[in-house]
Amino acid sequence: MTKTLALLNDKRVRDVAYQVAVVVGLVGLTVFFVRNASENMVKAGIASGFDFLWRNSGIDVPFVLTDYTRADTILGLFWAGVANTMLVTVVAMVLATALGFLVGIARLSSHWLLSTLAGAYIEFVRNIPLLFFVLFWYFGVIAALPAPRDSVSVFGVAFLNNRGLTIPLPDAPANFRWALAAILLSWLAQWLVSLWARRRKDRTGQDAPMLTIGLVLIVLVPVLAVTWASLATRWDIPILRGFNYRGGFVVIPEFVALLAALVTYTAGFIAEIVRGGIQAVPHGQVEAASALGLRPGRTLRLVTIPQAMRVMIPPLTNQYLNVLKNSSFGAAIAYPDVVSLFMGSALNNTGQAIEIIAMTLAVYLVIGLAVSAFMNWYNARIALVTR
Amino acid sequence: MTIRLLAATAILAASASLASAQQLAPSPTLDAVKARGNIECGVHLGLPGFSFADDKGEWTGLDVDYCKALAAAVLGDAKKVKFTPTSVQQRWPILQSGQVDLLARNSTITFSRNASLGLNFQGINFYEGQTFIVRKATNAKSAADLDGASVCVAAGSTEEKNASDWFLERNLKVTITNFQKNDDAIAAYDAGRCDAYTAGVGALAGQRVKLKVPGDHIILTQPISNDPQGPVTRWGDERWQLIVRWVLNGQIAAEMLGVTSANVDQMKASSKNSEVRRLLGAEGNFGAMMGLSNDWMYNVIKQVGNYGESFERTVGMGSTLKLERGQNQLWTKGGLLFTPPFQ
Repeated sequence: MTKTLALLNDKRVRDVAYQVAVVVGLVGLTVFFVRNASENMVKAGIASGFDFLWRNSGIDVPFVLTDYTRADTILGLFWAGVANTMLVTVVAMVLATALGFLVGIARLSSHWLLSTLAGAYIEFVRNIPLLFFVLFWYFGVIAALPAPRDSVSVFGVAFLNNRGLTIPLPDAPANFRWALAAILLSWLAQWLVSLWARRRKDRTGQDAPMLTIGLVLIVLVPVLAVTWASLATRWDIPILRGFNYRGGFVVIPEFVALLAALVTYTAGFIAEIVRGGIQAVPHGQVEAASALGLRPGRTLRLVTIPQAMRVMIPPLTNQYLNVLKNSSFGAAIAYPDVVSLFMGSALNNTGQAIEIIAMTLAVYLVIGLAVSAFMNWYNARIALVTR
Repeated sequence: MTIRLLAATAILAASASLASAQQLAPSPTLDAVKARGNIECGVHLGLPGFSFADDKGEWTGLDVDYCKALAAAVLGDAKKVKFTPTSVQQRWPILQSGQVDLLARNSTITFSRNASLGLNFQGINFYEGQTFIVRKATNAKSAADLDGASVCVAAGSTEEKNASDWFLERNLKVTITNFQKNDDAIAAYDAGRCDAYTAGVGALAGQRVKLKVPGDHIILTQPISNDPQGPVTRWGDERWQLIVRWVLNGQIAAEMLGVTSANVDQMKASSKNSEVRRLLGAEGNFGAMMGLSNDWMYNVIKQVGNYGESFERTVGMGSTLKLERGQNQLWTKGGLLFTPPFQ
């Protein structure tokens, strides 16, 4: 008896008991909701379960990265949508970061016109809804581009019109796989050599000709590899026939419009994060750097930004997650992302709302958590180590 | 003897109590409609001829007329309808979850919708055929001329799959771009994103009105599919389904029998045709058998009119769409419209 009482009063035991109770409660609640929903759906005659994923999809997708065709299953349609979501998200993250850094640094410039323009851009972008941007870019892009017959030709192999940018596609991608492997290998070599060079410099003080090595390994090898692969492959060059160009790969205007909207919109926020991060670095650091004789450019690159990064990473992570979530605005302009394809076409064809919405949620959750995990890892890596 | 007497009394008492109570299956939807005082009808976001709200917020159209007819039958007043505009994506969940009492939203009847979405289609109020709208400048005369074209379509519609199937079967390469809303798709077509926009003939006639220069576009006459459309209810509540089905049948029957909004009073008073008399409640108690008043169809015809009147006013020659009756003519006049007898 006293033993049980003692156990009950033990803080550790009670802590564990509370947590177990919460978990059991949560699981119970979920089970209750799922069972309740499925029972009611059976009563209402609505199909449930995940069998529909293996049904034939029959839906045409105009922009596919996977090997999906309309003869595939709905699961294939799902992955095609996920791939399109990831493509636009990743490209938008990279470009928005680059543009955001430029604008943020311009905002801090002592050049009046530059800083005012950057400021105006930021204020404009931050106070306008994203949907407006998406539609503006979309109808702007379509309106600005010519009809297929008056396409803008790029060296006679690629063609730009209001159906998209049609680019040649290699008949067989094998050579490009080899080229890609060569490029990755040479970049790996570059990394190893630079590691070795730094060690050697620490040990002996000797400089290695890193500029030349870098030029060869980072630029020359990839250029050669791609040139070789292009020459060794037969190309499917688009030809104008009937309504539009046939053959090749089409970068659809929806992709371009969504990408432009996400990049210009997010860059405004990233610019403010960059400005805030840089201003968070104590001014004494900059003064110390110039006292040591560093020019402003090098001060920015070597002293300010590395310290500013520590402040910038957490809010930057937020912006990256926003890009991911905002990519769903593509549904407004027929960009075939996971929302448009899976929650739009597939949902309407199968009517299985609960399963489809749960899977779409899971996609955003998984990608979002992966982005967070990467950014947290990066944050930990560059964090100030205090001894 | 006593036992027999007891049994007989018991049977008598039981049948008496059965007779005194209304012998109707419970209908939660009808009860809710009566308590609320209006019918919640899910319609298209805005499709001239079918369901379209003008600048004063007044809804008109063939589907809208059907909702009004139902309100006249159930509540005695065709104005007691609340219209809920729904997109292609919203329509089924809104009906399944009970936010609307029915859909009259030019939606095609298909097997899988009937079998796996928990939906029932209550007859056909419009025989639609899918086709394409193209710019006159393209010189396309039929869908077969669209090889290589880009086609805008509403995602998840029957048209999306129909078009894909049709072109694949004929080995024609067509790029289909799927928009979330019909309006987005038609706007993109108008902006030059696509060579064609696909939907039903009736829907296209309605959408064409919205284009910047309607005269520059032509609707291809040859349909690639047939898409029967009609009011939709969710599974369950058989009595409500019965009402929805028979109001539509009643409008068609009225046209067959020559009952119009103009002559309905006279027909009710003096017609010698028993079917007309049953339809209008002058004979029998058809309304009461569904839990409605016996003048249910009288109200419909008086306030909304028969099917033909509705058709001409909304999509036919009396409208901007100027559609021929075609398949939507009575079967006796070479069309497909048909109703089981009111007997």
